[in-house]
Amino acid sequence: MIEVDVGKRLGEFELAAQFTAPATGITALFGRSGAGKTTLVNAVAGLIRPDRGRIAIEGEVLFSAADGIDCRPQRRRLGYVFQDSRLFPHYSVRGNLGYGMPPGAPRDPALSFDTVVELLRLAPLLRRRPHHLSGGEKQRVAIGRALLADPRLLLMDEPLASLDLAHRAEILPFIEELRDRLRIPIVYVSHAMEEVVRLADTLVLMSEGRVAAVGTVEDLTSQLDLRPLTGRFDAGAVIRASVAGNDLVFGLTELAFPGGRLRVPHLGLPLGTPVRARIRARDVALALERPQGLSILNVFAGRVVEVATDQGPMVDVRLDIGKSDRPVALWARVTRRSAYDLRLEVGKSIHALVKSVALDRQSFSPYSRRGTVEE
Amino acid sequence: MSLTPFELAALELSLRVGIASTLCSLPFGLAAGWLLARCRFPGKTVLDGIIHLPLVLPPVVVGYALLSLFGRNGTLGSWLHALGIEVAFNWKGAALASAVMAFPLLVRAIRLSLEAVDRRLEAAALTLGASRARVFFTISLPLTAPGLLAGAILTFARSIGEFGATITFVSNIPGLTQTLPLAFFSLVQQPGGEAAALRLTALSIAVSLAALLASELLARRLAARLGSPA
Repeated sequence: MIEVDVGKRLGEFELAAQFTAPATGITALFGRSGAGKTTLVNAVAGLIRPDRGRIAIEGEVLFSAADGIDCRPQRRRLGYVFQDSRLFPHYSVRGNLGYGMPPGAPRDPALSFDTVVELLRLAPLLRRRPHHLSGGEKQRVAIGRALLADPRLLLMDEPLASLDLAHRAEILPFIEELRDRLRIPIVYVSHAMEEVVRLADTLVLMSEGRVAAVGTVEDLTSQLDLRPLTGRFDAGAVIRASVAGNDLVFGLTELAFPGGRLRVPHLGLPLGTPVRARIRARDVALALERPQGLSILNVFAGRVVEVATDQGPMVDVRLDIGKSDRPVALWARVTRRSAYDLRLEVGKSIHALVKSVALDRQSFSPYSRRGTVEE
Repeated sequence: MSLTPFELAALELSLRVGIASTLCSLPFGLAAGWLLARCRFPGKTVLDGIIHLPLVLPPVVVGYALLSLFGRNGTLGSWLHALGIEVAFNWKGAALASAVMAFPLLVRAIRLSLEAVDRRLEAAALTLGASRARVFFTISLPLTAPGLLAGAILTFARSIGEFGATITFVSNIPGLTQTLPLAFFSLVQQPGGEAAALRLTALSIAVSLAALLASELLARRLAARLGSPA
């Protein structure tokens, strides 16, 4: 478990954050800039000392104001990947990677120098100096450097924020690979919902120095009251599915999830691969009856469970689809006019239409092999 | 053109004084620079003032103060004498006088350089498990190298040119304390010494230019190592 409960006053800003998260997979700290995410991570790393509270990782107490424990940062064994990679300019890439390596063989063979270099494709960079690297390369070296210090937990503070879109796309798969291939839990700070949805298992929502909610990504993104924090533009549902079929004639992949089957453009993944799919509310249309003669391949029968009441021309509607004992949440964004015409209200039977072509590659991420996927 | 024994002695003495004062004051300069750049303690302003005193005092006053302190009967002088170290009226005294006069420049260069070191890199090194000492020797110190180099060059140049404090503290003894400027002073005091003084002038220019060129080369190599454009 990752247990954090800290208070820290910094001028006008007050951090008072408390959460516990499983020490597996990726825990995302999500919130707007200024929500206190970096301060919280720095407190976990020991770079700032909280005024009060307690921090423990897998039962080992790193900080406890009550017991007078304040483990020094160099003894915490936490890897820290900073937003600005912070490579040492006077060391080569190899020197940077080796800086924190403990003497002797690593306890986890997956963290040997050669394995990490291979995992992050660093071999061609080893002899270079940091100022000859691109932003994405720097971040890969920074990740490798943190991993080679043999951490029990990896802290990543917006590792993609300083990169342009192309370089972000370059780094994301590496982080997914870390998550799936290594056993190191990751605390990932971000203010970009796309990243969180793609990477995280547990979501910690932060706002104004406080933790607003903790839960699985699927749960928190489907809760209407958290919408102001998770973001309206990003509104959507996250479903866990697995590849159930590949239609090579039409270039489609069929995903099975508890709500039914979802046909999407070909993903090129083997059968059975767990996949997380994000279905944005604006890509879902609603119909009162099962439509006929329609180009949309994905139609799910369901029930309205929530209708957002905020003003404006759009209305977000939450639906439950699939079997009633194991419903799957889906969001649809329709105009207020349509909601009025269809007389959308809680409990109404409805059909959700998901346009396959709206689900681009960015909507999917192959999920870990840890077997957390429901059939 | 070959150098006369008189010129050779002055040149050799100047270089010895310059190198000794530079090398010996570097650790102290680093310590003082660190205190001023990184530490907060009561009396910091006073310490800063004391370090900068030689910059504002007339050099002869500094020389006289050194004589009172380090002369055979001075507090520190008798103490050093007991340890078998004699600084009055020899080249070591000249090096001490030069080092004291150059110290404010050295500390300033190192302090500025230390303040420019990205502390976030030090934090990153800590999270990688490095001890404070290791962070200092592998991160802070190498990144301060340009400041150390600049400070060392200033100290060396100041030593080569030091006159007032030296002549007051250790006098002007040929072969013992007569550095280039002091030799120059002796020559221009004598009738008919102008030609010889001119030769010393040329010699001084050569030494200074060589030092400047060497520092420039070193600075470029450092810049390349530290990854900033030269």
